[in-house]
Amino acid sequence: MSELLQFLFSGVTVGAVYALVALGFTIIYNASDVVNFAQGEFVMLGGMLTFAGSAAGLPLLLAAVIAILATAAMGVLMNKFAIEPARGAPVVSLIIITIGASIFIRGGTQLIFGKQIHTYPSISGDTPIRIMGATILPQSLWVILGAVLVFIGLWLFFTRTLLGRAVLATSNNRLAAQLVGINTNFVMTLSFALSAGIGALAGVLISPITMTSYDVGLALALKGFAAAMLGGMGNPKGALVGGLLLGLMEALTAGYLSSQYKDAAAFIIILAVLFFMPQGLFGRKSTERV
Amino acid sequence: MKLSSKHVTLLVLLALVAISPMLFPSGYYYRVGALIFVNAIAVTGIVILTGYAGQISLGHAGFAGIGAYACALAPVHLGLHPALAAVLGALISAVLAWLVGRPILRLRGYYLGVATLGFGILVSMVLNNERQLTGGPDGMEVPDLGLRGVLKDWGLDLTNGQFWYFFSGICLLIGAWLALNLYHSPTGRALRALHGSEIAARVVGVDVAREKLKAFVISAVYASASGSLLALQNKFITPDVAGFMHSIEMVTMAVLGGVGSVLGAVFGTAVLTLLPQVLTAFGEYEQLILGLVMMLVMIFLPAGLLPSILRKLRGAEA
Repeated sequence: MSELLQFLFSGVTVGAVYALVALGFTIIYNASDVVNFAQGEFVMLGGMLTFAGSAAGLPLLLAAVIAILATAAMGVLMNKFAIEPARGAPVVSLIIITIGASIFIRGGTQLIFGKQIHTYPSISGDTPIRIMGATILPQSLWVILGAVLVFIGLWLFFTRTLLGRAVLATSNNRLAAQLVGINTNFVMTLSFALSAGIGALAGVLISPITMTSYDVGLALALKGFAAAMLGGMGNPKGALVGGLLLGLMEALTAGYLSSQYKDAAAFIIILAVLFFMPQGLFGRKSTERV
Repeated sequence: MKLSSKHVTLLVLLALVAISPMLFPSGYYYRVGALIFVNAIAVTGIVILTGYAGQISLGHAGFAGIGAYACALAPVHLGLHPALAAVLGALISAVLAWLVGRPILRLRGYYLGVATLGFGILVSMVLNNERQLTGGPDGMEVPDLGLRGVLKDWGLDLTNGQFWYFFSGICLLIGAWLALNLYHSPTGRALRALHGSEIAARVVGVDVAREKLKAFVISAVYASASGSLLALQNKFITPDVAGFMHSIEMVTMAVLGGVGSVLGAVFGTAVLTLLPQVLTAFGEYEQLILGLVMMLVMIFLPAGLLPSILRKLRGAEA
């Protein structure tokens, strides 16, 4: 029982990070139909910049805020210089552009901060909390809380605010959105800033547990991509559920079957889900107009 | 006499393979050339899948891994000749592609992307984890093909670099010839039709699922052959050959050069294979520049390098 609980704890912690990455994918996908493979790099930047800031003597919280803002600015730059000029390009080209961006960011980070693995102190100490024979780190609770708050915030944003609805309208039909007076370029910029900021927040929260280095982004991007697909691309609820499910599947596989094949279990289940539900768990069934 | 585009492509490739060595200042260039040809074989497979049929695969390195490890494992465990092992690898890849392709090719765009990605990751994970069989991340040795020795007995004495340069070059020519023939065959026409619009293709009687599956299987065999050649050439293999980055490299090379044409794909392959060789001179800036090049080409030359250059040249003439 306590063993199972322990696996669930670690699964939910990792799953919350995947969910945050998947939420980042969702926002950009909703605004522009682009799947941004550099999403993992935003997570990496969040952790690395927070480390750099705190190593330079800034208080941890301030360093984290600066890291998130700087990463959001990075997202805006990426939209401006890499995505906007390539509007209307086929899916393959967009995949390559965003992968190019991710290699570029990784290379730049390595150049500036080196190849070392970094970490910094947790928000509220490292004393594990004991619950029914299992333990969970306080930092894990922060990660989970972060994912839940971001999800609620996004849900309110998309359903209750005019701006959020403008994003949805843009995703539905760009031209129609422009015709009713929505500044679609601003919507795109905002989406990239938001998505990069959320990615960075994930990096800030998880780095004290998993540590960070210039090359952690790719694996996170792949998992987040898979989680977003599992839930149904473009659906925030799908991203949250997909991320948590993926984390739990990994933790349970690692615990009961094989730690080497934990990634395999995740992808096998995703393949199975896509087999029976080609649009993902919460995806809309869309019909193609001819 | 007017040459068809198929013959032009083959002649250009043949000239490339035959004439380039005259410009090689050292034996090292044969090695790089051979590497370009080996990569170009896999990329030709991507041209069939993505260029002809319009389907994405982010996991084709998985098939390259199967081809490569077949050449390493089959001689040891089954006592097969390395050449037969490569054929066995291609067969296994084809069967796997058929089994995997049937369910996942119903998916489109990014969904197909994540499904193929999952497949590639599974293969690379098995290669990494089954240590007692594959040596894990340390890799394993691959036996010699032995063809160079045979040629020597016949009086044709080539250095190792020269042999692999010409052997891979010939394999690429055969692969390109087959791909070009496929392009003009009924299957090729069906693929191009469904690339335009699956629904329209279905309306005119194309069995979309079957044709897509064909393209997937054929491209998997190309990837497998490329992996086998890489393994035999290096006489050593690591799971990197099946890694995600290798899958991405294949797609990037194809799209960079111009994914619709075999010649463009070879050109893109040459550029992206040479780039890291040149960039090692820039040391730490390697990744930075590589990422930048990938973005710039896709943004400013969306049709790919070769078609864009050709259009520029034609525009200048006119």
